[in-house]
Amino acid sequence: MIAEHAIPSHEAAQAPDPMGPQPFRVIKVKEEIAGCTTLTVEPENDEAKKLCFFQPGQFHMIYVFGQGEIPISISGDPSHPQQLVFTIMGVGTVSRALTKLKAGDMVGLRGPFGNTWPVEKGAGKDVMLIAGGLGLAPLRPTIYSILARRELYSRVMLLYGSRRPENILFQEQLDLWNKRMEMNVGITVDSADKKWDGNVGVVTELINDTSFSPTRTIAMICGPEVMMRFSAHALMDRGMSPKNIYVSMERNMKCAVGQCGRCQYGQYFMCKDGPVFSFEQVEQLYKVREV
Amino acid sequence: MADKPKLAIWKFSSCDGCQLTLLDCEDELLSVVGAVDVAYFVEASRETKPGPYDVSLVEGSITTPHEAELIQQVRKDSKFLVSIGACATGGGIQALKNYADVSDYINTVYATPEYISTLDKATPISDHVQVDFELRGCPIDKGQLLEVVNALLYNRRPNIPTHSVCIECKRRFTPCVMVRGIPCLGPVTQAGCGAICPAHERGCYGCFGPMETPNAASLGQWLLDKGMISEGDLVRLFRTFNSDAPAFRDASIHFEKEVQRDG
Amino acid sequence: MADHHGAYCIDRPDFGSLFSALKKRGYSLVGPTVQDGAIVFDEIEAVDDLPEGWTDEQDAGTYRIRKRDDKALFGFNSGPHSWKKFLYPSETKLWSARRTEDGFEIEEGEKTIPQYAFIGVHPCDLRAIEIQDKIFMAPDTADPRYGRKREAAFVIALNCGQASKTCFCTSMGTGPRAESGFDIALTEIMGEGYHYFLAESGSERGHDVLRESGCRSAADIDFESAAKVSRQAVDGQIRAIDTNGIKEMLYRNYENKHWEDVAERCMSCANCTLVCPTCFCSKTEDEMSLDGEIADRWRYWDSCFTLDFSYIHGGTIRQTIRSRYRQWMTHKLAAWYDQFGSSGCVGCGRCIAWCPVGIDITAEVKALRESEGGKKNG
Repeated sequence: MIAEHAIPSHEAAQAPDPMGPQPFRVIKVKEEIAGCTTLTVEPENDEAKKLCFFQPGQFHMIYVFGQGEIPISISGDPSHPQQLVFTIMGVGTVSRALTKLKAGDMVGLRGPFGNTWPVEKGAGKDVMLIAGGLGLAPLRPTIYSILARRELYSRVMLLYGSRRPENILFQEQLDLWNKRMEMNVGITVDSADKKWDGNVGVVTELINDTSFSPTRTIAMICGPEVMMRFSAHALMDRGMSPKNIYVSMERNMKCAVGQCGRCQYGQYFMCKDGPVFSFEQVEQLYKVREV
Repeated sequence: MADKPKLAIWKFSSCDGCQLTLLDCEDELLSVVGAVDVAYFVEASRETKPGPYDVSLVEGSITTPHEAELIQQVRKDSKFLVSIGACATGGGIQALKNYADVSDYINTVYATPEYISTLDKATPISDHVQVDFELRGCPIDKGQLLEVVNALLYNRRPNIPTHSVCIECKRRFTPCVMVRGIPCLGPVTQAGCGAICPAHERGCYGCFGPMETPNAASLGQWLLDKGMISEGDLVRLFRTFNSDAPAFRDASIHFEKEVQRDG
Repeated sequence: MADHHGAYCIDRPDFGSLFSALKKRGYSLVGPTVQDGAIVFDEIEAVDDLPEGWTDEQDAGTYRIRKRDDKALFGFNSGPHSWKKFLYPSETKLWSARRTEDGFEIEEGEKTIPQYAFIGVHPCDLRAIEIQDKIFMAPDTADPRYGRKREAAFVIALNCGQASKTCFCTSMGTGPRAESGFDIALTEIMGEGYHYFLAESGSERGHDVLRESGCRSAADIDFESAAKVSRQAVDGQIRAIDTNGIKEMLYRNYENKHWEDVAERCMSCANCTLVCPTCFCSKTEDEMSLDGEIADRWRYWDSCFTLDFSYIHGGTIRQTIRSRYRQWMTHKLAAWYDQFGSSGCVGCGRCIAWCPVGIDITAEVKALRESEGGKKNG
């Protein structure tokens, strides 16, 4: 009647510490727009190198000495895992400290964490990427992945809403992709002065002006929650299934491994089950305040 | 590190206890003095330097017309203003006069009342000027003071929680005194003291003032319903060190009305 | 006669031999003891440190200890502490970063791992430990601090012989008898002229310890007596949660008006979450030395009841107490099934007793169900 050993014989005791950061060196700093910087970092040792392989949509926890640690989506190219690229807007203590780093400075990284954009699911279909503000950064790895295997996809569209013309992220790259006809890029701004000859209005207006086949399109949306909700509804009004619409969510996060409990959203942990969700998964939760 | 930040320490109506916390830092005092330029601190040194100051720590509440003027000047001279202690952040003991007729008091207490120049109410610094950060407590906690100084030096956000004292009791494994029959303000009071009183079998006196989103009405009602406190004592419980802090003030007025209704 | 291999009886005077056998193996003993007017868990040295002859009286928002009429060693129910105090401490230095010439170096925070023997783990708490195992020992993301302590820990379960007014383990299917997850399970059996423990081993190392502790083999009658003890703990329970369809019930009641009723009483003080043996939420803080050379990273117990918990650049998502209580209960009794495959509640009743204003999770579930019924009918 003696049961099997009562003590869980997991490998937990020997596993590396999921809370321990690995050292990375900043090798390039580029100011994108006011207050927003792209950092390129390189691993300092072999353990750190393991952190560089990622899928579009994933994020790392970045630590600045003494200041703290925050989740940042990767904005670089997944096919270049020798380096990691992050685009950061300085809004809080740690993010502001990150935007002030110089080449040669050290940061600590944990990750990559989270699930990925459904890049594979879009194969053979039209892909519509919808970004709001800084939400373009987490979508950029997806653009790199899709363009690297452009032949797998039919139309690729990027609809991008920015506050003002001077807030447009990755402007040169957008122009280039558009010019090469690899991707249709539509940009709109909330407001602009007379020099701007592009669209003025919210991103849902761009959706309404775009012709697409609702049954053979996959949409990936990244931006403020309200913008994602309106965009998803605009797509559904055009006949798209919430199963084919994806959003990337954001919540407070301290551990990124499902142990601090902070990033819960209904039954989901943003860090493990997200940040990417099909709109079908979150549609009901979107209707509830303060979840 | 760049130039040392210029620090000033100001006293309004108060007992000096919060300023003394800085001198109490003993082990850390030399490091603090080494890291900042203490430009104005009359409690510690008669030598004072003129403003502007990078950081001002302001102790005490505003109780006289003179103080009401002076605090405006302090604000103008300070880049970052931190109000420290229950007087500066919640009125202090002297805010008990807010519930009474001050002229009655003056006539009763002073032989020559005409020499007394005082305002009707004792009010926190934030009622008069923009306050950049508040450190609570009667007196403030040494660790919290050092944390704020440290955060200012290294440009970080100070780790000063605004949640209940209960979380501190639980982290040090003190069994809840309230559940064991002792009235305690811990569930509506901001943490920071390290939950000292409950660790010595006393209820929290609320000297760190109201926590974030306090529900003082619920606490008071429970104490009354369970017969753990008399109505008069309940009113007094909310009127001690932070009697001008809105949540405690409102609760005390609410339960005072209950007393009057029942009486 | 049934096979009672691995089951022994330890007479009360010999009970100390169990402690000696564990100490010999290098374990630090932790168990119940009377402190600060409560039965708490702490390091203990000998049987004398146990709450002999003490019991507790509990109800919503109230807890008192008093002397019993007998000399039971384990005649009490859940107290203010749970075993997470040892496996997942309230304050942990995760690591320390030290400035170097060209950056910083990370040093491990915790160097020595204590080897605990837990004495007297109630069945509900045993389940609670297993629930926390799922959080802290998940493959790929296991916390080595928790894992090492958990693997080393020797667990002596204590089958309950009584229920406090706040207990509801039978409705949660977690007690009052331990079925698995222990090295040794004890049942305290006493009556006119006898006082002994039925000790069942749950592991080889448990069996080893018992063989060494000078005990006699258990017989059918001992198991019958133990069953009677357990029955008392079942019969004594006056509270219950109806778990039938509870996940779906809570998921469809995000907008129920009853949350506002709870929010009138709830102080968002976080007591319920911190006494809960399964609640695991934490925050991390960086603590810098005044000279700026060393930055320690700490992990502290935290709670979904604080504003900071759901703070995200510039605002808090769960502003109202209503939404925070809803988050706690919906997580505990509903989302937990989706996240970890079971309820997050083990029916220990701590959140009921240690809520300073006596909010009762069993009553709130009932009220939610009833308000829903009313809505359907009306």
